[in-house]
Amino acid sequence: MKDKKTSFWSSPAVAGVLASLISIVVGLLLGFLLLLILNAGAAVSGMGTMLTAGVRNLDQLAKVLYQAAPLMLCGLSVGFAFKTGLFNIGASGQYTMGMFFALLCGIHFQMPWYVCLLASMLGGAIWGVFPGLFKALFNVNEVITAIMFNWIGVYFVNLMCANTPDMLAGSWGGSSNDRTAALSAANPGALLPKAGLDKLFAGSTWINIGIFISILFAVLVWVILQKTTFGYELKACGFNRDASQYAGINAKRSIVLSMVIAGALSGLGGGISYLAGTVQYVMLKNILAMGFNGIPVALLANSNPIGTIFSALFISYIQTGGSAMQPTFSAETINIVISVIIYLSAFSLLMRGVISRLLAHRNEKTKGGAAK
Amino acid sequence: MAEDFVIEMLHITKEFPGIKANDDVTLQLRRGEVHALLGENGAGKSTLMSVLFGLYQAEQGVIKKDGKEVEIRDPNDANRLGIGMVHQHFKLVECFTVLDNIILGVEDTRHGILQRAEARKKVMELSERYGLRVDPDALVSDISVGMQQRVEILKMLYRDNEILIFDEPTAVLTPQEIDELMGIMRGFKAEGKSILFITHKLGEIMAVADRCTVLRKGKGIGTVDIAATTKEELSRMMVGRDVQFAVDKKPSEPGEVVLKVEGLRVPSKRHKNDAVKGVSFEVRAGEIVCMAGIEGNGQSELVFGLTGLEKPTAGKVTLKGQDITQAPIRERSKAGMSHIPEDRHKHGLVLDYTLADNLVLQRYWQPEFQRGGIIKAGAVRTYAERLIGQYDVRSGQGADTIARSMSGGNQQKAIIAREIDKDPELLIAVQPTRGLDVGAIEYIHSRIVAERDAGKAVLLISLELDEVMNLSDRILVMYEGEIVGELDPKATTVQELGLYMAGGKRQGEAQA
Repeated sequence: MKDKKTSFWSSPAVAGVLASLISIVVGLLLGFLLLLILNAGAAVSGMGTMLTAGVRNLDQLAKVLYQAAPLMLCGLSVGFAFKTGLFNIGASGQYTMGMFFALLCGIHFQMPWYVCLLASMLGGAIWGVFPGLFKALFNVNEVITAIMFNWIGVYFVNLMCANTPDMLAGSWGGSSNDRTAALSAANPGALLPKAGLDKLFAGSTWINIGIFISILFAVLVWVILQKTTFGYELKACGFNRDASQYAGINAKRSIVLSMVIAGALSGLGGGISYLAGTVQYVMLKNILAMGFNGIPVALLANSNPIGTIFSALFISYIQTGGSAMQPTFSAETINIVISVIIYLSAFSLLMRGVISRLLAHRNEKTKGGAAK
Repeated sequence: MAEDFVIEMLHITKEFPGIKANDDVTLQLRRGEVHALLGENGAGKSTLMSVLFGLYQAEQGVIKKDGKEVEIRDPNDANRLGIGMVHQHFKLVECFTVLDNIILGVEDTRHGILQRAEARKKVMELSERYGLRVDPDALVSDISVGMQQRVEILKMLYRDNEILIFDEPTAVLTPQEIDELMGIMRGFKAEGKSILFITHKLGEIMAVADRCTVLRKGKGIGTVDIAATTKEELSRMMVGRDVQFAVDKKPSEPGEVVLKVEGLRVPSKRHKNDAVKGVSFEVRAGEIVCMAGIEGNGQSELVFGLTGLEKPTAGKVTLKGQDITQAPIRERSKAGMSHIPEDRHKHGLVLDYTLADNLVLQRYWQPEFQRGGIIKAGAVRTYAERLIGQYDVRSGQGADTIARSMSGGNQQKAIIAREIDKDPELLIAVQPTRGLDVGAIEYIHSRIVAERDAGKAVLLISLELDEVMNLSDRILVMYEGEIVGELDPKATTVQELGLYMAGGKRQGEAQA
């Protein structure tokens, strides 16, 4: 009986979840401490807002789900690459390209939403090919290539938008030409369907089927990695390139394909985010943060695709809560607190070590006691 | 009279999930002796030494130093007690120089600045005194395995350790380097240092050890005086039955040519010059051809060329009449080539995969294990369990064990199981018994002979002269990238073979 209990707690899956949960709690505590230092009077209510805003009303909950969808896909992208031995820091560029391809199809070519989504995956995949190819053929570290392609992506997209007048808001009755057209004006058919969810969420404008698409892809990525020969090859190549080569696996092909898939996932994130119709792309000289947010999502989930679903929901929840803390706290303060929480949440690996050591210690004790 | 024990490990018990690695083991080390620790792969030798070195804590039992009970919680404690260890897989920083590796952890500093001059003097003194030749300024990544080991030994000496643990030090060495190491160990003994020496090789124990403690499946079988025992006695203690040293095989009946190599040239991975310089030979069905030679004479590159891991610059390789010179590795595998690689960690295994996943590494794509790209987990498991049982691969959690956590010998058995079970036409085995105990060697040799008798062609690459003489039907000797002689093992001697290997004789010249 006792043995069963021990094996339940020390099974890797349980230990992993437990470690993540403990890390989150530690992160929240530290975040609270920081709020106390910054503004002691409002700390309790501020923390309360952060923790409850996401479920305060259906509109906020819808917003959590809406933000979680692209986060999840970027997290899947980074996590998938991790599992195959690559660090995809280019999720942002792939996300941007996915966004651009989706809007190009939606606004310029007046295509329906599902074509736009496929196009977004294509756009992301194209941006994933380059780091993959450079790594496979010339052994150039994918991190360097991907960072450069993040910037190339932003400027390329800005250039393309600026030179395609019918992409911009001005051509569709908008006032400013520094952003893409609102989809509701340009092509309502490109908006992601709400499938009756808006009624469920009290008419919220945030909700659409994006979250379900993301979850579907999380499951798909899990199946690919765990159940298919393709995933077997990719992981083998990630763990040990020499051994995979020895086994007749085309390591170069695996690296490129892995980056293409990672890129497609980020790209789809970009598509889902902008086809919701709630935001327009503004041409700034900055790379989009969403792709980078995929990194903590993946880390928090230990790169596990199923775990990514929950870590994306968690981070989205915290972010939604954070924006509800304005204007009591400044946006910068909130960002710092969010960062601290997420940062510490990613300590799950460390926590896992602590848990296993504690368990080992306790087992030793019980065993010693039994011996005496 | 109480004996003068410098270290005593009494009734040590250490458990891992699913396995009792040490079960009430007692080992007593006398001052100034060479004490061998003998046992099969996975018998618990390395675990016992790791307990002494503080890497593991035993659940039960006590350790005494000079008769006083001590607690060793980590390697720093061990160091303070004068215990040093050379691990089977060296613990060196590849991108540091030899000198920096030796002083790492005990550096002398003045105002935060490293003082290398004195350290260098001490290292050079030690190096000279014990005949441990090293180049203090060379990077570890650039030096030979033998020199890396000397660096590890110097690390222990630099820390003034009196008790030296060697974990299978000869597994990675060439025969010449082994002789050298034996001499060095005798030197330590003469200086009054005490040595614990883990090995499978009975010959080395007979040559250098004073006493020997034998472990079998985690239990201590006993301690014997080497002067009063024999190889046969030791192997019986270790395996629990009589072991046959000579391979029992009938004369070979060579059939058709399976592998034909013509004028093959293969570049070296390191310096890009040809390491194999125009080699031609044949391997027929039903014979074991052994490629003998001292390490670094092009055998590794020859295998890379044959198996597709390196592209040949010239020449032709034919397998069963099919030209495979440029074929991808998977095609060679499908054409009936199996390859037991030289480096099991680099090529042979995906260490972070489970044993089951590793056992299907060459076959996961076959219809037996997948349909429509989906792996049949049940079939993989059944297959893995069959191989584990059939080849006696021991591990903590069976098919689910992560390969990294298995002992070296069992990792090797897993690779051999995988490659032989593929039912190949040609088996290329590179040092298949490296690091294995006599029981496992006996078994693997019998499997290789069985493959031959079943009409398969076997190309064996080995550095061990005994293995070469015992197992092969024909011997080819490689020297500096060329084949310098073909010998009949029944008509030649170890001395003659050694002459060819060292480049002292070659058949072309002999005829001229």
